[in-house]
Amino acid sequence: MKKFLNTAESFLPDALAGLAAAHPELRVDLDTGTVVRSDAPTEGRVALVSGGGSGHEPLHTGFVGAGMLDAACPGEIFTSPVPDQMLSAATAVNSGAGVLFVVKNYTGDVLNFEMAADLASEEGIEVQSVLVNDDVAVEDSTFTAGRRGTGATLFVEKIAGAAAARGDDLASVAEIGRRVNAASRSFAVALTACTTPSAGRPGFDLPEDEIEVGVGIHGEPGRSREKLRPANEIAADVLEIILNDHDLASGDEAIVMVNGLGGTPLSELYLVYGEVSSLLAKRGITIVRRLVGDYVTSLDMAGCSITVCRAEEPFLALWDAPVNTPALRWGV
Amino acid sequence: MDIDLARAWVRAIAEAIEADKERLTRLDAEIGDGDHGNNMDRGFSAAVQALDTLTPGTAGDVLVKTGTTLISRVGGASGPLYGTVFRTAGKRLAAGDAGVADLAAALGAGLDSVCKLGSAQVGDKTMVDALSPAVDALSTAADSESDLGTATAAAAEAADKGAQSTVPLQARKGRASYLGPRSVGHLDPGAASTALIFRVLANVAAADPDAPRGGA
Repeated sequence: MKKFLNTAESFLPDALAGLAAAHPELRVDLDTGTVVRSDAPTEGRVALVSGGGSGHEPLHTGFVGAGMLDAACPGEIFTSPVPDQMLSAATAVNSGAGVLFVVKNYTGDVLNFEMAADLASEEGIEVQSVLVNDDVAVEDSTFTAGRRGTGATLFVEKIAGAAAARGDDLASVAEIGRRVNAASRSFAVALTACTTPSAGRPGFDLPEDEIEVGVGIHGEPGRSREKLRPANEIAADVLEIILNDHDLASGDEAIVMVNGLGGTPLSELYLVYGEVSSLLAKRGITIVRRLVGDYVTSLDMAGCSITVCRAEEPFLALWDAPVNTPALRWGV
Repeated sequence: MDIDLARAWVRAIAEAIEADKERLTRLDAEIGDGDHGNNMDRGFSAAVQALDTLTPGTAGDVLVKTGTTLISRVGGASGPLYGTVFRTAGKRLAAGDAGVADLAAALGAGLDSVCKLGSAQVGDKTMVDALSPAVDALSTAADSESDLGTATAAAAEAADKGAQSTVPLQARKGRASYLGPRSVGHLDPGAASTALIFRVLANVAAADPDAPRGGA
């Protein structure tokens, strides 16, 4: 393992200390395991809290700030945070207008956020949750834990965050978050495995000429292992899988993200975006907003995910609304 | 099971997990995300520390404290799941020196609560595949009025067999379920840690100086 770290044990606190040093506008509390907007709570406004295992940066800590999350709860690497963290965060950001939990659909995250929601209700905090489950690589059936939450998490946090910022009530903010999730689909391909600081070696062995198709964001193997192919073929296959599951039709508009998994050069991501852009154009689908870069990562994994969200009527104005966070900033 | 045995059990689990954490993590890396050993180690070390500051009460208090510590320290799925088993079993455990039937009922309540929380049943390739037969073995032992040593040895055996039974199964719950058929052929890490916990229980029960000697 070759990483910038002091010790494997202190990796997470050291990384959070760096986040705190770089962003004085955030309150990074290592004792409660929370990253909170320093001006929270905002009177009369719904607050957004998310969280999950660490290792996906900038998700979620990099999205704390005006127009997006009020607080994030970083768990251990790839391990969901504990209920006490979410309770602390909810308490810190609640102004009385309620708190929305944005939860990625993984067994651990769901259980810990549910427990936190119960604890928060007992303390008189009104909580609603949006469950993000956009990853079409997982069959959504009673035979699985259901689809994973991946790239669409950013879309939900941005758009619901903007709805909260303009003063929508808790039920409306939750509703728009659920709509964004329902309108989004993602799929990821890995070129390499990733290495957690505690394991010290890659999660799986992948030969030079093979790729893992349908991976999640926790270094787990994907749906299948296939031969490496030219990028235009991989992009076409991935879009085919996404659009087979999506009711996007010719004439529709979309918000698209080509997201790096942590170890992929931006040039490769742009190359993939170029393919996605022309493939969608051929189908008569117009990309009206896009993101290309590392947003929802899996430590040092090389690979990328593609997320397609239908740009329904209320989404675009909220997408364009000002956002001021460490990793997403415009209109300010 | 009295308070001393309950404390000894939790301490011994912490030691056994620490010694075995690399194997548990490796099992998890094959079909999950490779952190089960570390997470369980963090949780049970914290539980041992929490018990050091617990004012003596009952065996049930020890299990409840262990459960709440796991919930607030482990994270992931195993924190709430194992935490719920211990907390529910502890709440149910009769005060004083609980017998085999009490322990079977308490862990049975723990099993029910974890099945409900995780919506899992036997055959889903989870910890339930080890926990359920272990509880059954304890109940059978209670019916035949076995002593605690014999009963927990039978439970450990049943948990082991149950864990091994997960190898050919396709996972239907948790992160391993994302692999679909690729999860077949691997031992479920949660079932493996549950088997370890019952093996440790049999060991501490056999070493318990208060335990009655001989068979039923």
